[in-house]
Amino acid sequence: MVTKLPKVDVVTVGVGWMGGIVAAELTKAGFNVVGLDKGMEKNLKDYQLTHDELRYHVRSEGNQSLTHETFTLRNTLDQEANPIRQKSSIVIGNGIGGGGSHWAAQTHRYYPYDFEIRTKTIEKYGEGKIPENMTIQDWGITYDEMDPYYDKFEKMVGASGEPDPNYPQRSNPYPNPPLKKSEGMKMFEKVAKQLGYKPFVTPAATVSQTYTNPDGETLNACQYCGFCSGNYCEYGAKADPLVTVIPTAQKTGKFELRSHAKVIRVLHDGKKATGVLYQDTRSGEEFEQPADLVVLSSYVFNNVRLLLLSNIGKPYDPVTGTGVIGKNFTDHHGYPTTIGLFDDKKFNNYAYTGAHGMTITDFTGDLFDHSNLNFLHGAQIEFRHFGSAPIGNNPTPPGTQMWGREFKKNSLFYSNRDLSIFSQKAALPYKDYYIDLDPNYKDVNGDPLIRITWDYSENERALTEFIQEKHIEILKEMGASHIIPHPLPDHFSGFLNGQHNGGGAIMGADPETSAVNSYLQMWDMDNLFVCGASAFPHFGVSNPTTTAGALTYRATEGMIKYLKEGGGLLVQAKKDKTLA
Amino acid sequence: MSEEQKKDPILEKPTSRREFLKNSGLTVGGLVLGGALGGTFLSKTETVTKEVEVEVPVEVEVPVAGEETQHETHETQDYIDALQYFTRVEDFLALSAATEVIYPEDEHGPGAIKLGAPFFIDKQLASPWGRNADDYMVRPFKPGESPLTRSEIVLQGVRKLNEVSQEKHSTAFNGLNEEQQIAILRDFESGSIEMELTSSSSFFALLRQLTLEGCFSDPVYGGNKNMEGWKMKEFPGAQMSYTHVVESKEFVKIDPISLSAHIKH
Repeated sequence: MVTKLPKVDVVTVGVGWMGGIVAAELTKAGFNVVGLDKGMEKNLKDYQLTHDELRYHVRSEGNQSLTHETFTLRNTLDQEANPIRQKSSIVIGNGIGGGGSHWAAQTHRYYPYDFEIRTKTIEKYGEGKIPENMTIQDWGITYDEMDPYYDKFEKMVGASGEPDPNYPQRSNPYPNPPLKKSEGMKMFEKVAKQLGYKPFVTPAATVSQTYTNPDGETLNACQYCGFCSGNYCEYGAKADPLVTVIPTAQKTGKFELRSHAKVIRVLHDGKKATGVLYQDTRSGEEFEQPADLVVLSSYVFNNVRLLLLSNIGKPYDPVTGTGVIGKNFTDHHGYPTTIGLFDDKKFNNYAYTGAHGMTITDFTGDLFDHSNLNFLHGAQIEFRHFGSAPIGNNPTPPGTQMWGREFKKNSLFYSNRDLSIFSQKAALPYKDYYIDLDPNYKDVNGDPLIRITWDYSENERALTEFIQEKHIEILKEMGASHIIPHPLPDHFSGFLNGQHNGGGAIMGADPETSAVNSYLQMWDMDNLFVCGASAFPHFGVSNPTTTAGALTYRATEGMIKYLKEGGGLLVQAKKDKTLA
Repeated sequence: MSEEQKKDPILEKPTSRREFLKNSGLTVGGLVLGGALGGTFLSKTETVTKEVEVEVPVEVEVPVAGEETQHETHETQDYIDALQYFTRVEDFLALSAATEVIYPEDEHGPGAIKLGAPFFIDKQLASPWGRNADDYMVRPFKPGESPLTRSEIVLQGVRKLNEVSQEKHSTAFNGLNEEQQIAILRDFESGSIEMELTSSSSFFALLRQLTLEGCFSDPVYGGNKNMEGWKMKEFPGAQMSYTHVVESKEFVKIDPISLSAHIKH
């Protein structure tokens, strides 16, 4: 039996960054919002005793349990997928705040090239430069249109940084100055400049000073305590939906938050969404929550899964390349990483914040010439501190035994003598890589799991090789005694360690090739919005949250307009002429 | 202590062992075994099953004032050094010996046993994590996937350590010298020892990971005794702020604090 609840203006499915932004903006505009989240209630009081590497980093306390629901993975279309079974393999935030409670809080923007990737690639190199199976497409929006929403997101989270010298323009500077420079950052900066690169302090939403955002929420100054990404911040110094947008929504008195509420279907009449069907995860009791506007604001996989389970939109077919739901799934993993060990120098590696470091963007997007390169797009180079904790940090020179006396001696010697250079690389979409419903494995309710079909592409392999040479060049100049490049694995194994997934409900200008428009409004159902990185037609080089958050701010403008003006598509559909 | 005794965590406490022997009188091959352990821990009216109440006659071990407590101050707080998961002492002894080979005591400081890693591992295997409570364990398991829980893998693995050791050297794993132990562990690591529904390389990887966790996790979990693991690594533990350190050109050594300091103040 399903209990039918009174209708509300807006219901959000998932209350992390995207659901929180929607709740804040829509309640401020006077609408009633109900936020449903399948996880537990949590708030800043839960963050007081979290300096615990085993519990948070190793055992993944903040991740969703996979007991009742996971994902399956295969690398190619002809394989049978296996479930990803271990909780520690999938970093997807649990509870109110979602992944926004334990992100590293890096806040780069995407580049103008990203939003018009197909057009700009063809303009510069001709269509032949794009491999046949690579399905890059324009986003249906330009960087200039994105800038105000980036600005809004950066102000909300208190982004702390200095301008990227390669960036075209920003309407405003970062709201806070950059984080402090460590000795390692200074060494990297000096060498990078000598080599002709343009390093800058990585922008981060672990705020560099006490800051009150435009909604009146205060973030405290970062303490560089070392327990950051993977942990919750007890200072409220890391921007988190729980210290920003959720309290903003709650102050209006128009936001009702329900935890342990797992949405299992979007209800609709074929043309409009009428609400959602959800389940109390503890009792199994089912509820119908009717709403004028339904917003999917959960993680990429769940957004897409709900569309597929609810028969909304045309599922993507990897054989014909038609349909949209599940299309252009991308995964940001296989981060090229190179470690330098320094025999003569020790660093305070126990300190720092999640996104602490310096970045070089000279090899990003189309900022360098690809005419003689066998890949498109690029990677950022980051000198990165993570806050090294002792279980995970056992660096040893190449050739060292991984256990026993030699291991102990070397790992103790080098535990504060390692610095790492790391790259996030663009993940470009392919015709064969997508997500759909698994034919074999089911969740606790008997609903099929999401199946991922994905592997590292030739583009990524070439990119990794190219960028890792730069890592080695820099570490050599920095005086590393041993340099250890980590190669890209042979195949993607399903270790989703960074909450960096995208696609499946992608945005665009053309309903034939995209699921949502530039307001993240479903082409096929105008009162349904799908927010988050599920809208990314490809993955740019940097972390997704800033771009996903900016797009969601834009979406909220569309939602408000939609509710005030009584419906309709917010963008006129047009044919994407760059696609054959 | 002899080399053999060093590898035996129970034998590391000579006073306790004397008490054990006096109280139970049950020893096999020089080791204090299950019955004695169980007897010590059960109170007189402990209900063993729902149907039958079993009275277990035991003499309760009474610490002798001024003897054990004063000499081994850091051991007096270790009432948690007992078994929650393992039921056979011989399994635990094999585990302990293996952890010590993976992370041995040397001139830099204590090894896995002194750091409490074996007891840490026992507690982890008894926990929901040891039973894969948060993992997707729905069938079917395909070739290459293991349907076993972590605790089942480790239990099978340590028994296999003893089995292989018996076959090769006619003694339990903890009775071997370090070289012999290393040779056997290498065989496990390479995957060349046959195991049921899992591989010896999976077991070894889990054992290595658990050993490092036991040496370096917060002491709240029973390992990293006295934060000695952190001290060796110059890791300051659960500090609240490094604003004074972050820009320093030199390495700043800070005495560690543990999570217990957070709850006390």
